[in-house]
Amino acid sequence: MLRERFLRTGMVWSMWVLGIVGSVGTAMASKKDNTLNIAWEKELETLDLYYNTAREGIIVSHLIYDTLFYRDPKTNEYLPLLATSYKWIDDTTMEIKLRTGVKFHNDEVFDADDVVFTINYVTNPDNKVLVQQNVAWMERAEKTDSTTVRIYLKRPFPAALEYLSNYVPIYPNEYYSKVGSKGFGAKPIGTGPYKVQQVEPGKSIVFVRNESYFKDGPKGYPSIEKIVQRTIPEVNTKLAELITGGLDWVWQVPPDQMEKLAKVPHLRVIPAETMRVGFLYMDASGRSGPNPFQKLEVRRALNHAIDREAMAKKLVGGQSRVIHTACFPTQFGCTDEGAMRYEYNPDKAKSLLAQAGYPDGFEVDLYAYRERPYAEAVVGYLKAVGIKANLQFMQYAAMRDKWHAGKASLGYWTWGSYSINDCSAITGYWFKFGPDDYARDEQVKEWLELADATVDPQKRKEYYGLALRRIAEQAYWVPLFSYVSNYAFHKDLEFEPHPDEVPRFYKAKWRF
Amino acid sequence: MMAFALKRLLLALVVAFAVSLISFMLLRLAGDPAAALAGESASAEDIEFVRKKYGLDRPLIVQYLDWAQMVLKGDLGESSFFKKDVRSILADRLGVTLTLGGLALCFAALVGIPLGALAAVRPNTWVDRAALAIAVMGQAMPSFWFGLIMIIVLGVKLRLLPISGSETWAHFVMPAIALGYYATPAIMRLTRAGMLEVLSSDYIRTAVSKGLSPWQILFKHALRNALIPVVSLASVQFGFMLGGSVVIETVFAIHGVGFLAWESIRRSDLPVVQAIVLMLSLIYVGLNLLADVLNALLDPRIRVH
Repeated sequence: MLRERFLRTGMVWSMWVLGIVGSVGTAMASKKDNTLNIAWEKELETLDLYYNTAREGIIVSHLIYDTLFYRDPKTNEYLPLLATSYKWIDDTTMEIKLRTGVKFHNDEVFDADDVVFTINYVTNPDNKVLVQQNVAWMERAEKTDSTTVRIYLKRPFPAALEYLSNYVPIYPNEYYSKVGSKGFGAKPIGTGPYKVQQVEPGKSIVFVRNESYFKDGPKGYPSIEKIVQRTIPEVNTKLAELITGGLDWVWQVPPDQMEKLAKVPHLRVIPAETMRVGFLYMDASGRSGPNPFQKLEVRRALNHAIDREAMAKKLVGGQSRVIHTACFPTQFGCTDEGAMRYEYNPDKAKSLLAQAGYPDGFEVDLYAYRERPYAEAVVGYLKAVGIKANLQFMQYAAMRDKWHAGKASLGYWTWGSYSINDCSAITGYWFKFGPDDYARDEQVKEWLELADATVDPQKRKEYYGLALRRIAEQAYWVPLFSYVSNYAFHKDLEFEPHPDEVPRFYKAKWRF
Repeated sequence: MMAFALKRLLLALVVAFAVSLISFMLLRLAGDPAAALAGESASAEDIEFVRKKYGLDRPLIVQYLDWAQMVLKGDLGESSFFKKDVRSILADRLGVTLTLGGLALCFAALVGIPLGALAAVRPNTWVDRAALAIAVMGQAMPSFWFGLIMIIVLGVKLRLLPISGSETWAHFVMPAIALGYYATPAIMRLTRAGMLEVLSSDYIRTAVSKGLSPWQILFKHALRNALIPVVSLASVQFGFMLGGSVVIETVFAIHGVGFLAWESIRRSDLPVVQAIVLMLSLIYVGLNLLADVLNALLDPRIRVH
């Protein structure tokens, strides 16, 4: 009797285990189903781009919505997407012709009313769009006819196309007015290459291909039929899922895991270059009080003291490269042509220090907030030329507060330019007398203001060139290198990362 | 008995009140709720506007009384992140956490009770020590680490179990083991102690002299009585399971209340954190109360003391 009972229990257990094993197999069929399983760490509170600040929000936005223009991530050329053409009426008025025959996912027809509604809605301060800098440069929009709109700017804003290409998705006016931001965030409707089939807030989003998506647009008709996104906060769990086939694509993989993943036969890893650059900023203007960096020779000495090539290749790795000026190379206006270059030469650094009156070097606090090994490498290089840098490693907010309060003379900073491919997104922040500007150079500021306020591309390039050359010549920074972001995905997936860190899944496809 | 139960209930209510008050105050000390509500790019004026609008400029005690009044009416407020009613968010996520907690407790009992019984049958032998070692290992290992080790072995190497999520029962196996293993030693020790006491009692000696088989004595007579205190301990452990799920849910990407708590703390979503702390403490206090009453029912001596 007892034995019989034991046997029965045993059978139930084995069946349960078998059932479990069976259910694992189902997760591994994504290529066959033309489905892509992806994961990221952050929960998204809403799918309404104007009310979330996460980078993942931009990824989702690219899938569901379309913008008026599209920046080709390879050529960085602005191509019309929901627009067909545009012209500047004057420095603050842009006239845009719109694409016809486009429908939203709910069959609402796309026309000028949707563009006018979206822009007037997001520029209305009462609606409290979260990232104001994405929209606050526009005054309002006006319909000229059903396929033409005019956007009025508050002031000349040369980076308009960059913002219109990334941060101003067009919403359906009728639907949005009906459901409001809350309803829209839960059940979003756009004209984009993917429709949202299911949302479990913060947990998962299922996208299905928009079968009626226009084929002649720069985004192209998507190849993958279904994308299943999951939120997985623990990185080890995420990687375990990737290794076992539960996921096909992940990003932001910690560098120490990349080598291990590269050895997994069915995976491909790419340490792809991003727009984020690292640099040392020295207090040339004496905001923190009298300090050695007020002398040009000292600033130049630091530029000669650090082997940036070695750091980029050996420490950062992947596609990282050395930068020579205060911007990321693909950004509009960024150039290092004619800019002073500082080769790695510790002896020259020492003699410059001696010239400045520091033959035995000096002691300084180096503030840093991320990638401690990089900051430690800098400490090592500085030590080799006689500068004793005490590393003060802290959280970003704490370091920023110290910097703003003028309590630091040397900082290891990084800047991602919010992925905006325009020089204004970096130089405007660090050299236009804002709270982070430690150069305080009137001449640089004047050139940057001219560059930021003219619509003529040629003139802009000229002014940025002048400013960047002066920044290099005065050695306000030690520009270091570009950062990389680590992607890992199934080797049968055709996927290309770009420096703006917006994965374009509508361009991805499975190799059959 | 009634007086005892009422006294315990009153005590439980006082504890629940104290927990809610302390957690309310601590959470407000940990960060500025107005800044969290206003969002990342808010200016100082925006934050001040929000502070006034939501009454966050009033004394903490007034805010607490306001909140307590709302809670008594069943309103837990609105999440500053999801912009949704906290009650509906919790309702969405509670099921999965209760399932995980329940399964973890089952695991703890299934391992702890047999090990305890075994240890009692062979006290102070290598069997006893081995059983103790197995159980204590559960308490010694950090649960997140044990979870990750299981992921590597059972998920990645052997590919026996799904790694993350909560779609099927299979998804709960690893997290339930990771969570339940922690509670095993307590259950094991109590079972062992209970069994040792019971096994030396007169009615067991009678059963032996009646010629009953050792299995019958062990399971039918001894264990049944030895388990009484274990049942009340298990109910308290269930409260621990719910609290411990914060870590385990994060490791296994199970979107339950624990994971919600962790994420809400990270983004300073105070209404949600506050509601979760309150809910978990009420469950815990409730389970303790249940255990006390249960014990008193079974053992009249407790009522007297």
